[in-house]
Amino acid sequence: MKRLHLERLANPQLLALVAVLLINWLLFPNFFRISWQDGRLFGSLIDVINRGAPVAILAIGMTGVIATKGVDLSVGAIMAVCGAVAATMVVAGYPTPIAVVAALSVGLLCGLWNGFLVAVLDIQPIVATLVLMVAGRGIAQLITEGSIVTFNDPALIFIGTGSFLGFPMAAVIALALMILVTLLVRRTAIGLFIQAIGVNRAAASLAGIHSRMLLMLVYALSGFCAAIAGIVVAADIRGADANNSGLWLELDAILAVVIGGTSLLGGKFSIPLAVVGALIIQAMNTGILVSGFRPEFNLIVKAGMIILILMLQSPLVGSALGFFKRDPKQAASR
Amino acid sequence: MADGQYVLEARSVMKIFGNHVALDKVDFGLRAGEVHALLGENGAGKSTLIKILTGAYQPDGGSIHVDDAAVSLDNPLHAQTFGIGTVYQEVNLLPNRSVAENLFLGHQPLRFGFVNFRKMEADARTLLANYDLHIDPASELGMHSVAVQQIVAIARAVQLSGKVLILDEPTASLDRNEVERLFEVVRGLKARGLAIIFITHFLDQVFAISDRVTVLRNGRLIDTRPLDALSRTDVVRLMLGKDIAFSGATDVEPSETPDEVLLEFKGFGRKRSVAPFDLTIHKGEVVGVAGLLGSGRTEVARIMFGADPADQGTVSINGKPTAIRRTTDAIKHGFGFCPEDRKAEGILGDLSVRENIVIALQGKLGWFKALNRDEQLEIAGKFGEAMDIRAASLDMPVKLLSGGNQQKVILSRWLATDPAFLILDEPTRGIDVGAHAEIVRTINRLRDEGMAMLVISSELDEVVAYSSRIVVMRDREMVAELRGKNINPGVIVQAIANHSDEAVA
Repeated sequence: MKRLHLERLANPQLLALVAVLLINWLLFPNFFRISWQDGRLFGSLIDVINRGAPVAILAIGMTGVIATKGVDLSVGAIMAVCGAVAATMVVAGYPTPIAVVAALSVGLLCGLWNGFLVAVLDIQPIVATLVLMVAGRGIAQLITEGSIVTFNDPALIFIGTGSFLGFPMAAVIALALMILVTLLVRRTAIGLFIQAIGVNRAAASLAGIHSRMLLMLVYALSGFCAAIAGIVVAADIRGADANNSGLWLELDAILAVVIGGTSLLGGKFSIPLAVVGALIIQAMNTGILVSGFRPEFNLIVKAGMIILILMLQSPLVGSALGFFKRDPKQAASR
Repeated sequence: MADGQYVLEARSVMKIFGNHVALDKVDFGLRAGEVHALLGENGAGKSTLIKILTGAYQPDGGSIHVDDAAVSLDNPLHAQTFGIGTVYQEVNLLPNRSVAENLFLGHQPLRFGFVNFRKMEADARTLLANYDLHIDPASELGMHSVAVQQIVAIARAVQLSGKVLILDEPTASLDRNEVERLFEVVRGLKARGLAIIFITHFLDQVFAISDRVTVLRNGRLIDTRPLDALSRTDVVRLMLGKDIAFSGATDVEPSETPDEVLLEFKGFGRKRSVAPFDLTIHKGEVVGVAGLLGSGRTEVARIMFGADPADQGTVSINGKPTAIRRTTDAIKHGFGFCPEDRKAEGILGDLSVRENIVIALQGKLGWFKALNRDEQLEIAGKFGEAMDIRAASLDMPVKLLSGGNQQKVILSRWLATDPAFLILDEPTRGIDVGAHAEIVRTINRLRDEGMAMLVISSELDEVVAYSSRIVVMRDREMVAELRGKNINPGVIVQAIANHSDEAVA
């Protein structure tokens, strides 16, 4: 295991993150300055991990889905639904833990619904999850009755804005979730099975893998992660905004997973690298903000990034730039 | 045969894909007013030849002649201008458009630049009347049966091309009456002087309608002969390449005391797939399955393994009645299955050799009893060595291995689960000689160690060599069970070809 960690330090995703951070530093010399104030850390770098946490949490769930050759477009909408559930319940006077558990259960349920459509009814994932992507926001608006539900529940707010050992709570949650899910898939056979289904579902089924159950699991996990992200975002702004919470974040999550080296064609995947992908995206966002460029540039830069990644994944460029690909020995050792 | 009598002719055409010679100097001549059956097992080169004759592929050698003039066909559309039209197994039309539109798509009668629907429908009605098909041309094509759609497809192809009609397995999804209806149409076209190439796996249909037959095997032309001089057995022999003189019997000693029964299938079958069959399989026995492509060989394997679960009959394992509803049930009872289509259903191409070998065992162990990397390496190494898998590393993607090594990987995958019953569907197809020998050796070794196996193969010599018993499939039915002295290629060919004398449809 130790050897693996050392190898991973030299992968393209981490190098890209370092490069983006260095560019930020050149544009904004104070980028790496971190200060200690009121028992917590402050600074642009801390801002990156704090703001990047929701997408990172989504990316953790999205990785499993994409590894099975699927995609989950509904995570942004599920965030809105779950944020709305948590907010309205604390406003209605339910204890915070109950509200949080209810929101998480709703997310899990949404994920199971997606899983049912994909695994049992065999609907293409992009269409199946489109259903909730569209319906989810409507449901969230029904729950909040069209308004932004604000709350003052300190325990719930802590989830979004609190700190642990000086680090922002959102980032701590993302990190803990990443470790937990990574252990879940790597210490069990689930990771191998997910890859097998993504590479060749027919062959995996003939080899005796319960592909339906596994697909249900990955979509449920994705819904669950979206619920966590939804609660974090709602807690951060102390309110549930059914229209804007998680808007377009599914696309950022997909981008993060793809930057993390998981192919949209399924197969090999890495959850930690997807989280790094989310941090790269956020580092670009933050960099553009703090360096004084207009935020519009953000979208252009992101688009450039997507083009670059897609080009690197296309077989044509891949064969032309063989050396750009991951070292096969390293890829296989995971 | 003198030149000039062929409408369409291929002269020693070659087609090479990479290192693989798909067609090796094949000659093929088609006369006007004949139905010419093109036969051969999978991989014989039928579809490659057809694709060359329709311009979808360019030959790497040889030439194509239309009415004795050398031509070069750039693409199927270009071939159409020479009068060559094709109808495929899957209807290639637009089900959501009207019959008339399908007939005239791309060359609709126009008036003032707009489609003249009235004229188009009237034309369609006259055209279809030639085929004795009286349906509303304005109706949606998809509403009609596959047979009607096939006839519409033929009408379109003939109308566009008019000289040569290629029918690529047009009857595969038709029932008996529909086939007869289609044959009426084909006979009518033949009488009008069209040259027709007919591809099918059903021997009955070949004899029902064809005048001559061309047989391909492994990319080579075996023979072209008039059909009236041939018997069914002759045709099967041509397809499978069995010399009448050959009569090598099985090497397997008939055991004096049969081993204990492992599996007993009774009335086991699946609607629209395989007729119910009875089969008893003993421990330490290899049951060979012979039959032509489409005879139901693979379907038997898939039913037994629960990939397409049986909907009738029972199976008992070690005397205990059991249900096999899905593959995991079968695997739990010690079954293993190496499918025919290695690439689509066997290997997990992007995963490593190691992961490919352990996947079935891990599937059996479940989600939470994960084998760690060292255990995986040990298992993969052990079976890789036993099967002599030639891979630079156990961590390299399995898709980079040769076909033979991939097959060994899949065999290792099942051996790792310590199976009691192994189903091998064409285990030696398309692999090199060395791997071939290794797999045959493994089958013999496993039998001697007491494993029961069901081996499907078109290589009769091979099945004969390792089988203790052979069942013969024909028309999705198990029609014969051969034992002892009867296990020789001659008898098998007879059994495959044998035909109850009822007339076709």
